[in-house]
Amino acid sequence: MDYVRAFLVGGALCVIGQLLIDFTKLTPARILVIYVVSGTILTVLGLYQPLVEFAGCGATIPLTGFGYSLGKGVIEGIDKNGLLGVFSGGLAKTSAGIAAAVFFGFFVSLICKPKDKK
Amino acid sequence: MKKITTAQYKEMLDNITPGSSFLLKSLRAFLIGGAICMIAQFICNYLIGLNLSQNDASTFTSIIMILISAVLTGLNVYGKIAKFAGAGTLVPITGFANAVVSPAMEFKTEGYILGLGAKMFIIAGPVIVYGVLTSVICGFLLLIFRTVIG
Repeated sequence: MDYVRAFLVGGALCVIGQLLIDFTKLTPARILVIYVVSGTILTVLGLYQPLVEFAGCGATIPLTGFGYSLGKGVIEGIDKNGLLGVFSGGLAKTSAGIAAAVFFGFFVSLICKPKDKK
Repeated sequence: MKKITTAQYKEMLDNITPGSSFLLKSLRAFLIGGAICMIAQFICNYLIGLNLSQNDASTFTSIIMILISAVLTGLNVYGKIAKFAGAGTLVPITGFANAVVSPAMEFKTEGYILGLGAKMFIIAGPVIVYGVLTSVICGFLLLIFRTVIG
């Protein structure tokens, strides 16, 4: 059942992105930024956590989930370290993902070549 | 028979299929995006089965999805799926990884520092900048809110 929920919610978040591409002039980069920013705000307001509990990876894998990690990191950081947590919390929680993207990204681009455009 | 240019043909085609095309694109985004999240859920459940905490399993799942996406981008497969799926491959974290690898690979010819190293963040950079910015601002507001209330 959790697979169905992940599929439905994750799919729905992608449809929103697709509609933004089709009906606005937003570029993919802007859409990614909007997703992360909205994910962060919704999390701090306490509105995204229920969606994560409901849909699991359906809510954490779309880029709003990256915002969720940033927001949750800040909340946990403040609980632990107060003012210091405001600065350290977000990146602490997302550090693994960013480091993975840099690490795998570097070695893949080192080895692989882009396809020649025909 | 009258000859038409490629541009004219494209225009004709767009005129015939305006309504169905956005529905079709949304459906594709839904199916592929949903499938990516379902695969992630499968990996996550497997990791929880290995006695990882919910939090750690979730983080590891992201790392694995990023790895898969980076490799598929390197093999020029991710772009092919993306052509079909549209936002279905953009919105998940795999799209973020794709946005890291794809320009890094392409601009490798401009050198390892200002080519690969800099272009890696051409899309991921703004995402991190505005994400972190939002998180710090929200953090300040939350701290103030708690001080006033508590």
